[in-house]
Amino acid sequence: MRKVFSIAWKDLIVTFRDRAALILMLAAPFALTLAMGFVTGRFSGSSGGISGVRDIPVVIVNQDEGELGAALESVLTSDGLADLLEPTTSSDLASARRLVEEDQVAAAVILPAGFSASILPQDSGGSAAQVVALEVYTSPGRPTTSAIVRSIVEGFVSQVETGRIGGQVAVTQLIMSGRLAVQEAPTAGMEIGARLAEDPARTELITLRSTTAAAAEAPRFDPLAYLAPGMAVLFLMYTVSLGGRSLLAEQRDGTLPRMLTTPTSTAQVLGGKLFGTYLTGLAQVGVLVLASALLFGINWGRPLDVLILILAIVAGATGWGTLLAAIAKTPTQVSSIGLALMLAFGILGGSFFGGVQLPLPMEILSKITPNAWGMDGFLSLALGGTLVDILPSIGGLLAMAVILFGVAVVLFRRRGLARA
Amino acid sequence: MTVIVEVDGLVKQFPGAAEPAVRGVSFAVMQGEVFSLLGPNGAGKTTTLSMLSCLLEPTAGDARIAGHSIRKEPQEVKRLLGVVPQDIALYPTLSARENLVFWGQMYGMGGAVLRQRVEEVLETVDLRDRAKERIEAYSGGMKRRINFAVGLLHRPQLVFMDEPTVGIDPQSRRNILDMVKLLNGQGMTVLYTTHYMEEAQELSHRIGIIDHGRMIAMGTLAELTRLVGEKDVVELKIAAEQSTPELLAALGQVTGVEKVTADDGAVRLLAADGNAALPEMITAANARGVRVTNVDIREPNLEAVFLHLTGRALRD
Repeated sequence: MRKVFSIAWKDLIVTFRDRAALILMLAAPFALTLAMGFVTGRFSGSSGGISGVRDIPVVIVNQDEGELGAALESVLTSDGLADLLEPTTSSDLASARRLVEEDQVAAAVILPAGFSASILPQDSGGSAAQVVALEVYTSPGRPTTSAIVRSIVEGFVSQVETGRIGGQVAVTQLIMSGRLAVQEAPTAGMEIGARLAEDPARTELITLRSTTAAAAEAPRFDPLAYLAPGMAVLFLMYTVSLGGRSLLAEQRDGTLPRMLTTPTSTAQVLGGKLFGTYLTGLAQVGVLVLASALLFGINWGRPLDVLILILAIVAGATGWGTLLAAIAKTPTQVSSIGLALMLAFGILGGSFFGGVQLPLPMEILSKITPNAWGMDGFLSLALGGTLVDILPSIGGLLAMAVILFGVAVVLFRRRGLARA
Repeated sequence: MTVIVEVDGLVKQFPGAAEPAVRGVSFAVMQGEVFSLLGPNGAGKTTTLSMLSCLLEPTAGDARIAGHSIRKEPQEVKRLLGVVPQDIALYPTLSARENLVFWGQMYGMGGAVLRQRVEEVLETVDLRDRAKERIEAYSGGMKRRINFAVGLLHRPQLVFMDEPTVGIDPQSRRNILDMVKLLNGQGMTVLYTTHYMEEAQELSHRIGIIDHGRMIAMGTLAELTRLVGEKDVVELKIAAEQSTPELLAALGQVTGVEKVTADDGAVRLLAADGNAALPEMITAANARGVRVTNVDIREPNLEAVFLHLTGRALRD
């Protein structure tokens, strides 16, 4: 293990002594964040230089007659979000969509008929109807603000899901402990669901995001909180491709073969190189997060949650860097493919134009990028989310890392590390 | 003397290559000796050394280093070996000391022992006063010396040196050759590859001549030169463009001349008696309008051996 650390530490030092790499790893994302901050008016506001996004026009079409529809509508129109959102209600779905398409509002939040009924048990049979999907219809011309609206709605849905899962777990635990017969489960489930629906605490749970915002201050959304992570993850892809490149460069320069003439195993060498890439990525994102928090006053969220998210993002990105090294034959190839991947992932994953509603196939495809998962997580934390809210992002990123490492190891074995 | 390296029929066939790079090479190196593998570029020296240092898997054959098979016990073999590769395998943005510390760690060293060894090898290669400088600021010769020092860090009993003097200035070359002799004097066994006949002659207790992946001769310098008997190598300097096949054919017809080869304006002839054959050689050249600008007659040496065995000059 000492050798793995030695190789990783050496790589970290070598990378941080490379001025060109430092410019792309740290200066470029920082400068771009700064420039985009100016473009978005982040630095030209009157309130101490931090203007934030305010009064996002949003139209609510509530066709649902149940409690959940009413709850979401009350969240969106609550005092807590009064500074952030400028909601109007409409019963005309077509005109609401038209408002979005004409870019008069950032988004339309559409609560279809039967939304509540599809989630909350309605009869003694306890059988849930097929879930009716909420829709957030967003304006492509307002990527940041529409992303905020979507994030608020996602937060609401997440809380509802938490309530549902809580009910399911409770029933399962009762059955397993023998306190409840299987045939009694539907009735018990319905009762738990009804209690959750009626319980004041549960109502508070659904409207948690609005309540939190009202308790402190309106969750002003800082555009830099989207731009900075966008740039950090974008240039993280450069860093991990640099890590992949270094493996092939060491082969070319003879240091990798020399390492393999020492009593150091192939696994130690590969492990050290991967860990070095990981450490470098971690250091890069860490520096960017810290610097932007200190210099721009960006609120990234709770530090521990942010750290956990960063660990996962760098793992996912390092997976891509490793795969690159396993596929490419020369350092130049890694650089070329890495650059293309960085840009493609940046666009697909929302680093440049976050929150744009992509067509469904593209939306699915974006999940192969660390950018998409990372941006979701960062945005959620910046809007007051917690570790629970970013668990899907962390899961997606870790799964990505495991799959990509696995594929890369198979490829390395096929070609032999010494001839990498 | 104890055998420390025992090579038995090593073969290396690279995927996609028409012919094997190494074709059944066998030899033995005794403890405490300098054994040189001498041959032109592409002869299979580096491939042989790469197999012996467990970097390449042999296609066939095996070798034992201090009793350990390179196929079955590569980690044991690597612990015993110091390797000085042909290319400078160092990190340019790390200082000489940082490089040595890193490579020492790769040999499993650490702490005070490593720090002490780093200072010792820096002293050996005479670069202690510049140890803080980055390798990228070093001259080619200084880089070679640090490259050399890495292979000595863990006090190996056996060092493989793959053409360690390629591309450096005469002073640095002298420095490295002196170090090899010094280390060998201290008991270190050296397996040395080179295409410089002079180095092999100066350093080696025994020499193996390798060509086209085959060991074509092996022995002490005296044993090898005896292969060509009392023959001389005559070198005629002419204008490069005058080195025509017709001239070479004519020189080959001179009485006593056995082999003729030419490169870069020099024609080399292997002759039973160089002095006796010289007038006829000059006449043959002049008859074809070729002006000989310099003549050198050398006693039998490794170049003559190589010429005798292959019909080619060592540098071909």
